[in-house]
Amino acid sequence: MIDQALWALGRGAGVTALAFMTVALLLGIATRSGRPLLMLPRFAVADVHRFASLAATLLVVLHMALLFFDPYAQLRVVDFIVPFLGAYRPLWLGLGTLAFDLLAVVIVTSLLRHRLGARIFRAVHWATYALWPVAMAHALGNGTDAGHAWFLLFAGCCAVTVCGALVWRLHANYTEYARTRISGRP
Amino acid sequence: MRTPPTSPTRLHIDWTRCQGRGLCTELLPRLLDRDDWGYPIARDRSSEPAVPPAALSEARTAVDLCPRLALSLITDVNPGIE
Amino acid sequence: MTTSRRTGAPTTQRMFAAHGPGLVEHHQRFGPLPESAGTALVPVLDRSGLTGRGGAGFPAGRKIASVTGRRAVVIGNGAEGEPLSHKDAELLSRAPHLVLDGLKVAAAAVSAEKVVLYVPFRAVPTIKAAISERSSAKLDRHRVTVVAAPDRFVAGQESAVVRRVEGGPALPRDQTVPPSTSGVRGRPTLVNNVETLAHIALIARYGSRWFRSLGDPSEPGTMLVTLSGGPTLSGGPTPHSVLEVPTGTRLTDLVGHLGVTDLRALRAVLVGGYHGSWIPREMVTGARLSRAGLAHLGASPGAGIIHALPADQCGLARTADILGYLAGESARQCGPCRNGLPQLARLFDDLAYRRVDDRLLDEVRRMIDLIDGRGSCRHPDGTARLARSALDAFASDITHHRYGRCEATLTSVYGTGRPRHHTSGSR
Repeated sequence: MIDQALWALGRGAGVTALAFMTVALLLGIATRSGRPLLMLPRFAVADVHRFASLAATLLVVLHMALLFFDPYAQLRVVDFIVPFLGAYRPLWLGLGTLAFDLLAVVIVTSLLRHRLGARIFRAVHWATYALWPVAMAHALGNGTDAGHAWFLLFAGCCAVTVCGALVWRLHANYTEYARTRISGRP
Repeated sequence: MRTPPTSPTRLHIDWTRCQGRGLCTELLPRLLDRDDWGYPIARDRSSEPAVPPAALSEARTAVDLCPRLALSLITDVNPGIE
Repeated sequence: MTTSRRTGAPTTQRMFAAHGPGLVEHHQRFGPLPESAGTALVPVLDRSGLTGRGGAGFPAGRKIASVTGRRAVVIGNGAEGEPLSHKDAELLSRAPHLVLDGLKVAAAAVSAEKVVLYVPFRAVPTIKAAISERSSAKLDRHRVTVVAAPDRFVAGQESAVVRRVEGGPALPRDQTVPPSTSGVRGRPTLVNNVETLAHIALIARYGSRWFRSLGDPSEPGTMLVTLSGGPTLSGGPTPHSVLEVPTGTRLTDLVGHLGVTDLRALRAVLVGGYHGSWIPREMVTGARLSRAGLAHLGASPGAGIIHALPADQCGLARTADILGYLAGESARQCGPCRNGLPQLARLFDDLAYRRVDDRLLDEVRRMIDLIDGRGSCRHPDGTARLARSALDAFASDITHHRYGRCEATLTSVYGTGRPRHHTSGSR
């Protein structure tokens, strides 16, 4: 019974983490645009982006902790750090481990960005564009809920919004003053 | 009449990093305006505007939140001693 | 170090007193550098009143005194990115040993661990030859590293120099503390113009009193000036000449060297180069080449650049050309400079070639205010200074341009396309 609760909560935490990660990615793209978003002024966009990322991190840690204690998942400590060594569905689990590795590096460099300097922070932050699809693939491949309609609907909505945001990101007038400005050094 | 001591804390903008995202101008509207291209400009036209004590907390938030890490607060050593 | 006048101390022509650029001629004329040169340099420089010859005019003694700490770096800056300036190039080719002596003295004064000479590509062979002469004679304690400066306007800016010496691009960077505190890789760094170093080399031999024997008492000594411009026949680029003159020399004497005998042949004189100020003809007579002699005109000697604008050229058009050049030379790292300088150049083009009205003038002034002081180097500041001085010096031209006329040509400015006084190609 406890096992089933851990399994359900563990998956629930994972799905919620994925939702927050999607929000974090969308708000990160919004932050980059330098524009306000709906009712959120620019500083709030950046702030909520950070909040969503930290919330996602906590939920991922909860997701990992709950599943660690669930014997059905057969997770060892090494599976949280080194990908593709797992006993149950090693490939999809490995993607989850990889996503966590990326998340850890991104979060740590972000929290320490004032010390590490802008260049390192920015360079590592590009990894978030890899983090999201890896996390999504892990959820789809490893998640028991992947067969359920509600989860597929949720994943589909996430994917559609992320794709829309990416199209916007690549648009010429993406940043607020793009039209009036001369571009900088390449 | 005693004049209040001038604030020794100034806002320094690293212009090579600034991309005029506008977070600082939102958080410090009395200190900063935006120019034609969206970059912050001090209302007193100084290159390192002094931050009044009442705005220090918002200034620290701006320094923290600036996505380009372009802001820093510089505190004069020995304020008032010439 | 003796303060009495030594026999053989040069008088008015100091920098180029030797008969040739080689080490032998150098020692023949000036003798060896005193062994003790470097110790107690700062008080001697303070007494001499030497100020930096790179444009900023900061007291040399104070600058050296501000470089304290271990593993200091000394850089001789001969980059001279300003197109109207040739004095550093001339000095490096005709008296490299004075520069290298000065570098040696300064390095001793700050106990430097690294000594660099930053020069344009074309000066590198001459400098390397001079250095090898010295190493054969075992003159220098430190090996002088030669770093080539690209031929760009901002390559001589202090933070750009530091960055290039570190191995990065010759572009300015943000500074929260001066290089004397934290420069090359965080080490205390002294950056001196090569002419300043040459003066230091002579002061180390002949003393502060000798140095002060010429020039304006408030900023004594001699300085190198680059003269260019003046009456032209076809409007093509004019040759330049480099002269050594005492500080405080009358501007009229300087333009006299350009062959200008009647001031009415001139419209204005540009003092201090592209980041300097225009002096209108009527103010030239009262002006002297020193801080004190130019302060009343809101100008300063800068790096000793004197460029004469003939009366048949429109000052606004010339300024528009210069602003276009300066916009192109922006490092393009900082938003206000990258966006504002081209916009200012376009507005000045309108001032020069279109009908002027109050709205345009207000917009020009507004744009100048937008760029001034908003960048990581002095490029936008200097550009703003030039533009403001043009508005003052050519105020009467602005009035003429309101009615579609130009004093320079006495023909209609617009309607016939660009007026014939526009000198194509020259900057």
